[in-house]
Amino acid sequence: MTVKQLQELLNLRCISEGSEDRQLEGGFCGDLLSWVMGYGQYGQAWFTIMGNINAVAVAALHDIGCMVLCQNSTMQPNALEKAKEEGIWVFTTDMPVFEACGKYYEAIK
Amino acid sequence: MEAIKFSYTVPGDDFTRAGDASTDLKSKLKKMGVTGAPLRNISISLYEGEINLAIHAGGGEITALVYPEKVELYLDDNGPGIADISLALQEGYSSATEEIRSLGFGAGMGLPNMKKYADEFHIESEVGKGTHIKMVVNL
Ligand SMILES: Nc1ncnc2c1ncn2[C@@H]1O[C@H](COP(=O)(O)OP(=O)(O)OP(=O)(O)O)[C@@H](O)[C@H]1O
Ligand SMILES: [Mg+2]
Repeated sequence: MTVKQLQELLNLRCISEGSEDRQLEGGFCGDLLSWVMGYGQYGQAWFTIMGNINAVAVAALHDIGCMVLCQNSTMQPNALEKAKEEGIWVFTTDMPVFEACGKYYEAIK
Repeated sequence: MEAIKFSYTVPGDDFTRAGDASTDLKSKLKKMGVTGAPLRNISISLYEGEINLAIHAGGGEITALVYPEKVELYLDDNGPGIADISLALQEGYSSATEEIRSLGFGAGMGLPNMKKYADEFHIESEVGKGTHIKMVVNL
Protein backbone atom coordinates (compact mmCIF):
# COMPACT_ATOMS: atom_id res chain seq x y z
CA MET A 1 0.00 0.00 0.00
CA THR A 2 1.01 3.63 -0.23
CA VAL A 3 1.86 5.83 2.74
CA LYS A 4 -1.40 7.71 2.17
CA GLN A 5 -3.36 4.46 2.41
CA LEU A 6 -1.65 3.62 5.68
CA GLN A 7 -2.56 7.06 7.01
CA GLU A 8 -6.19 6.41 6.18
CA LEU A 9 -6.17 2.86 7.52
CA LEU A 10 -4.84 3.84 10.95
CA ASN A 11 -6.30 7.34 11.01
CA LEU A 12 -2.87 8.90 11.55
CA ARG A 13 -2.05 12.57 12.01
CA CYS A 14 0.54 13.81 9.53
CA ILE A 15 3.25 16.15 10.83
CA SER A 16 5.75 15.89 7.96
CA GLU A 17 5.16 15.06 4.31
CA GLY A 18 7.13 13.16 1.72
CA SER A 19 6.34 12.14 -1.83
CA GLU A 20 2.64 11.48 -2.54
CA ASP A 21 2.98 8.05 -4.13
CA ARG A 22 5.54 6.58 -1.72
CA GLN A 23 5.02 2.81 -1.58
CA LEU A 24 5.39 0.77 1.61
CA GLU A 25 6.94 -2.67 1.82
CA GLY A 26 5.90 -4.13 5.16
CA GLY A 27 6.88 -2.68 8.52
CA PHE A 28 9.25 -2.71 11.43
CA CYS A 29 9.12 -1.64 15.05
CA GLY A 30 11.91 -0.69 17.41
CA ASP A 31 13.44 2.19 19.33
CA LEU A 32 17.12 1.27 19.32
CA LEU A 33 18.52 3.07 16.31
CA SER A 34 21.27 0.67 15.28
CA TRP A 35 18.79 -2.17 15.60
CA VAL A 36 16.56 -0.42 13.10
CA MET A 37 19.58 0.27 10.87
CA GLY A 38 20.55 -3.39 10.99
CA TYR A 39 17.22 -5.19 10.70
CA GLY A 40 14.87 -2.58 9.32
CA GLN A 41 14.52 -2.40 5.57
CA TYR A 42 14.21 0.20 2.89
CA GLY A 43 10.62 1.26 2.29
CA GLN A 44 9.11 -0.08 5.51
CA ALA A 45 6.70 1.72 7.81
CA TRP A 46 8.64 2.26 11.05
CA PHE A 47 6.60 2.17 14.26
CA THR A 48 8.49 3.75 17.16
CA ILE A 49 8.36 6.09 20.13
CA MET A 50 11.76 7.62 19.31
CA GLY A 51 11.22 11.12 17.96
CA ASN A 52 14.66 12.71 18.22
CA ILE A 53 16.95 14.03 15.51
CA ASN A 54 18.94 10.82 15.39
CA ALA A 55 15.81 8.82 14.64
CA VAL A 56 15.11 11.13 11.71
CA ALA A 57 18.69 10.62 10.50
CA VAL A 58 18.14 6.86 10.57
CA ALA A 59 14.88 7.18 8.61
CA ALA A 60 16.57 9.43 6.05
CA LEU A 61 19.76 7.43 5.59
CA HIS A 62 17.95 4.09 5.48
CA ASP A 63 15.24 5.50 3.21
CA ILE A 64 12.44 4.27 5.47
CA GLY A 65 8.96 4.66 3.93
CA CYS A 66 7.46 6.53 6.86
CA MET A 67 7.76 6.99 10.61
CA VAL A 68 4.77 6.36 12.86
CA LEU A 69 5.23 7.85 16.32
CA CYS A 70 2.99 5.82 18.59
CA GLN A 71 1.32 6.27 21.95
CA ASN A 72 1.35 10.05 21.74
CA SER A 73 5.12 10.30 21.51
CA THR A 74 6.16 13.57 19.96
CA MET A 75 8.90 14.74 17.67
CA GLN A 76 11.35 17.28 18.97
CA PRO A 77 11.26 20.60 17.04
CA ASN A 78 14.79 20.27 15.58
CA ALA A 79 13.96 16.72 14.50
CA LEU A 80 10.70 17.78 12.85
CA GLU A 81 12.50 20.52 10.98
CA LYS A 82 15.00 17.98 9.64
CA ALA A 83 12.23 15.54 8.70
CA LYS A 84 10.49 18.24 6.65
CA GLU A 85 13.77 19.26 5.05
CA GLU A 86 14.48 15.66 4.04
CA GLY A 87 10.90 15.02 2.88
CA ILE A 88 10.26 12.17 5.28
CA TRP A 89 6.70 11.12 6.04
CA VAL A 90 6.06 11.34 9.80
CA PHE A 91 2.76 10.47 11.49
CA THR A 92 1.60 10.46 15.09
CA THR A 93 -1.09 8.40 16.79
CA ASP A 94 -2.47 7.71 20.27
CA MET A 95 -2.35 4.00 19.58
CA PRO A 96 0.34 1.96 21.31
CA VAL A 97 2.93 0.38 18.99
CA PHE A 98 1.35 -3.05 19.49
CA GLU A 99 -2.07 -1.94 18.35
CA ALA A 100 -0.87 0.14 15.39
CA CYS A 101 1.37 -2.68 14.12
CA GLY A 102 -1.38 -5.23 14.69
CA LYS A 103 -3.88 -3.34 12.56
CA TYR A 104 -1.34 -2.76 9.79
CA TYR A 105 -0.29 -6.41 9.85
CA GLU A 106 -3.91 -7.55 9.59
CA ALA A 107 -4.40 -5.32 6.57
CA ILE A 108 -1.36 -6.50 4.60
CA LYS A 109 -0.88 -10.13 5.64
CA MET B 1 41.59 7.46 -12.28
CA GLU B 2 41.81 9.93 -9.45
CA ALA B 3 39.28 9.79 -6.63
CA ILE B 4 37.02 12.64 -5.56
CA LYS B 5 37.66 13.34 -1.89
CA PHE B 6 35.30 14.59 0.82
CA SER B 7 36.46 15.29 4.38
CA TYR B 8 34.48 15.87 7.55
CA THR B 9 35.34 16.62 11.17
CA VAL B 10 32.96 15.01 13.65
CA PRO B 11 32.67 16.84 16.97
CA GLY B 12 32.68 14.80 20.18
CA ASP B 13 29.53 14.50 22.27
CA ASP B 14 27.32 16.68 20.06
CA PHE B 15 24.66 14.14 19.21
CA THR B 16 22.38 16.66 17.52
CA ARG B 17 25.01 17.08 14.81
CA ALA B 18 26.00 13.44 14.61
CA GLY B 19 24.68 12.31 11.27
CA ASP B 20 25.52 15.54 9.43
CA ALA B 21 28.51 14.06 7.62
CA SER B 22 26.58 10.96 6.47
CA THR B 23 23.64 13.08 5.37
CA ASP B 24 25.91 15.46 3.46
CA LEU B 25 27.84 12.67 1.73
CA LYS B 26 24.58 10.97 0.82
CA SER B 27 23.25 14.06 -0.94
CA LYS B 28 26.58 14.65 -2.74
CA LEU B 29 26.70 11.04 -3.96
CA LYS B 30 23.10 11.25 -5.07
CA LYS B 31 23.97 14.24 -7.22
CA MET B 32 26.83 12.21 -8.67
CA GLY B 33 24.32 9.57 -9.73
CA VAL B 34 24.75 6.99 -6.95
CA THR B 35 21.38 5.41 -6.03
CA GLY B 36 19.69 2.34 -4.55
CA ALA B 37 21.42 -0.25 -2.41
CA PRO B 38 24.98 1.10 -2.76
CA LEU B 39 23.83 4.55 -1.60
CA ARG B 40 22.04 3.03 1.40
CA ASN B 41 25.01 0.80 2.23
CA ILE B 42 27.32 3.81 2.25
CA SER B 43 24.89 5.95 4.29
CA ILE B 44 24.28 3.29 6.92
CA SER B 45 27.87 2.21 7.43
CA LEU B 46 29.11 5.78 7.54
CA TYR B 47 26.37 6.84 9.96
CA GLU B 48 27.25 4.09 12.41
CA GLY B 49 30.91 5.08 12.24
CA GLU B 50 30.08 8.75 12.64
CA ILE B 51 27.95 8.10 15.73
CA ASN B 52 30.71 5.99 17.25
CA LEU B 53 33.17 8.85 16.72
CA ALA B 54 30.82 11.23 18.55
CA ILE B 55 29.87 8.86 21.37
CA HIS B 56 32.92 6.73 22.04
CA ALA B 57 35.92 8.64 20.72
CA GLY B 58 35.37 12.31 21.57
CA GLY B 59 35.15 13.11 17.87
CA GLY B 60 37.27 12.29 14.85
CA GLU B 61 37.85 12.62 11.14
CA ILE B 62 36.00 11.12 8.18
CA THR B 63 37.47 10.85 4.71
CA ALA B 64 35.48 9.55 1.75
CA LEU B 65 37.18 8.71 -1.52
CA VAL B 66 34.79 8.27 -4.43
CA TYR B 67 35.95 6.17 -7.39
CA PRO B 68 33.86 5.20 -10.43
CA GLU B 69 33.45 1.64 -9.11
CA LYS B 70 33.64 2.04 -5.31
CA VAL B 71 33.63 4.39 -2.34
CA GLU B 72 36.28 4.13 0.37
CA LEU B 73 35.39 5.44 3.82
CA TYR B 74 38.01 6.18 6.46
CA LEU B 75 37.17 6.92 10.11
CA ASP B 76 40.07 8.05 12.27
CA ASP B 77 40.08 9.09 15.91
CA ASN B 78 42.50 9.67 18.75
CA GLY B 79 40.03 8.38 21.33
CA PRO B 80 40.41 5.74 24.03
CA GLY B 81 40.74 2.84 21.57
CA ILE B 82 39.12 -0.58 21.86
CA ALA B 83 40.74 -3.17 24.14
CA ASP B 84 38.95 -6.23 22.77
CA ILE B 85 37.97 -5.77 19.14
CA SER B 86 36.32 -9.18 18.71
CA LEU B 87 34.10 -8.45 21.73
CA ALA B 88 33.21 -5.00 20.37
CA LEU B 89 32.25 -6.58 17.04
CA GLN B 90 29.73 -8.92 18.67
CA GLU B 91 26.07 -8.02 18.17
CA GLY B 92 24.73 -6.63 21.43
CA TYR B 93 28.01 -5.60 23.04
CA SER B 94 27.96 -1.95 24.11
CA SER B 95 29.69 0.21 26.68
CA ALA B 96 27.17 3.04 26.21
CA THR B 97 25.96 4.84 29.32
CA GLU B 98 22.32 5.13 30.42
CA GLU B 99 22.17 8.69 29.14
CA ILE B 100 23.34 7.61 25.70
CA ARG B 101 20.94 4.66 25.68
CA SER B 102 18.05 7.01 26.39
CA LEU B 103 18.82 8.68 23.04
CA GLY B 104 18.33 5.37 21.24
CA PHE B 105 21.97 4.31 20.96
CA GLY B 106 23.69 1.39 22.64
CA ALA B 107 22.10 -1.60 20.93
CA GLY B 108 25.62 -2.81 20.27
CA MET B 109 24.81 -3.08 16.57
CA GLY B 110 26.90 -0.28 15.10
CA LEU B 111 30.09 -2.18 14.29
CA PRO B 112 28.14 -5.31 13.19
CA ASN B 113 26.07 -3.11 10.87
CA MET B 114 29.22 -1.58 9.38
CA LYS B 115 30.55 -5.07 8.70
CA LYS B 116 27.24 -6.14 7.22
CA TYR B 117 26.58 -3.19 4.92
CA ALA B 118 30.13 -2.51 3.72
CA ASP B 119 31.73 -4.84 1.17
CA GLU B 120 35.04 -4.53 3.03
CA PHE B 121 35.60 -3.66 6.67
CA HIS B 122 38.96 -3.24 8.40
CA ILE B 123 39.52 -2.04 11.94
CA GLU B 124 42.68 -1.25 13.86
CA SER B 125 42.69 0.05 17.39
CA GLU B 126 45.17 0.70 20.17
CA VAL B 127 44.15 1.49 23.72
CA GLY B 128 45.06 5.06 24.64
CA LYS B 129 45.86 5.94 21.01
CA GLY B 130 42.74 5.64 18.91
CA THR B 131 40.82 3.68 16.33
CA HIS B 132 41.09 3.52 12.54
CA ILE B 133 38.45 2.00 10.33
CA LYS B 134 38.44 1.53 6.58
CA MET B 135 35.33 0.46 4.71
CA VAL B 136 34.79 -0.09 1.01
CA VAL B 137 31.39 -0.12 -0.65
CA ASN B 138 31.23 -1.23 -4.28
CA LEU B 139 29.07 0.82 -6.59
N1 LIG C 1 35.72 4.76 17.76
C1 LIG C 1 35.64 4.06 18.92
N2 LIG C 1 36.46 4.37 19.95
C2 LIG C 1 36.39 3.69 21.11
N3 LIG C 1 35.52 2.68 21.35
C3 LIG C 1 34.67 2.32 20.37
C4 LIG C 1 34.68 3.00 19.10
N4 LIG C 1 33.73 2.44 18.32
C5 LIG C 1 33.16 1.47 19.06
N5 LIG C 1 33.72 1.38 20.29
C6 LIG C 1 33.40 0.39 21.36
O1 LIG C 1 32.78 -0.73 20.75
C7 LIG C 1 31.48 -0.93 21.33
C8 LIG C 1 30.53 -1.48 20.28
O2 LIG C 1 30.30 -0.49 19.27
P1 LIG C 1 28.95 -0.54 18.44
O3 LIG C 1 28.91 0.62 17.52
O4 LIG C 1 28.81 -1.89 17.85
O5 LIG C 1 27.81 -0.40 19.55
P2 LIG C 1 27.39 0.91 20.37
O6 LIG C 1 27.95 2.11 19.73
O7 LIG C 1 27.73 0.70 21.80
O8 LIG C 1 25.81 0.87 20.21
P3 LIG C 1 24.99 1.20 18.84
O9 LIG C 1 25.99 1.39 17.76
O10 LIG C 1 24.14 -0.02 18.62
O11 LIG C 1 24.18 2.39 19.13
C9 LIG C 1 31.09 0.41 21.91
O12 LIG C 1 30.13 0.30 22.93
C10 LIG C 1 32.44 0.93 22.40
O13 LIG C 1 32.76 0.34 23.66
MG1 LIG D 1 27.71 2.44 17.68
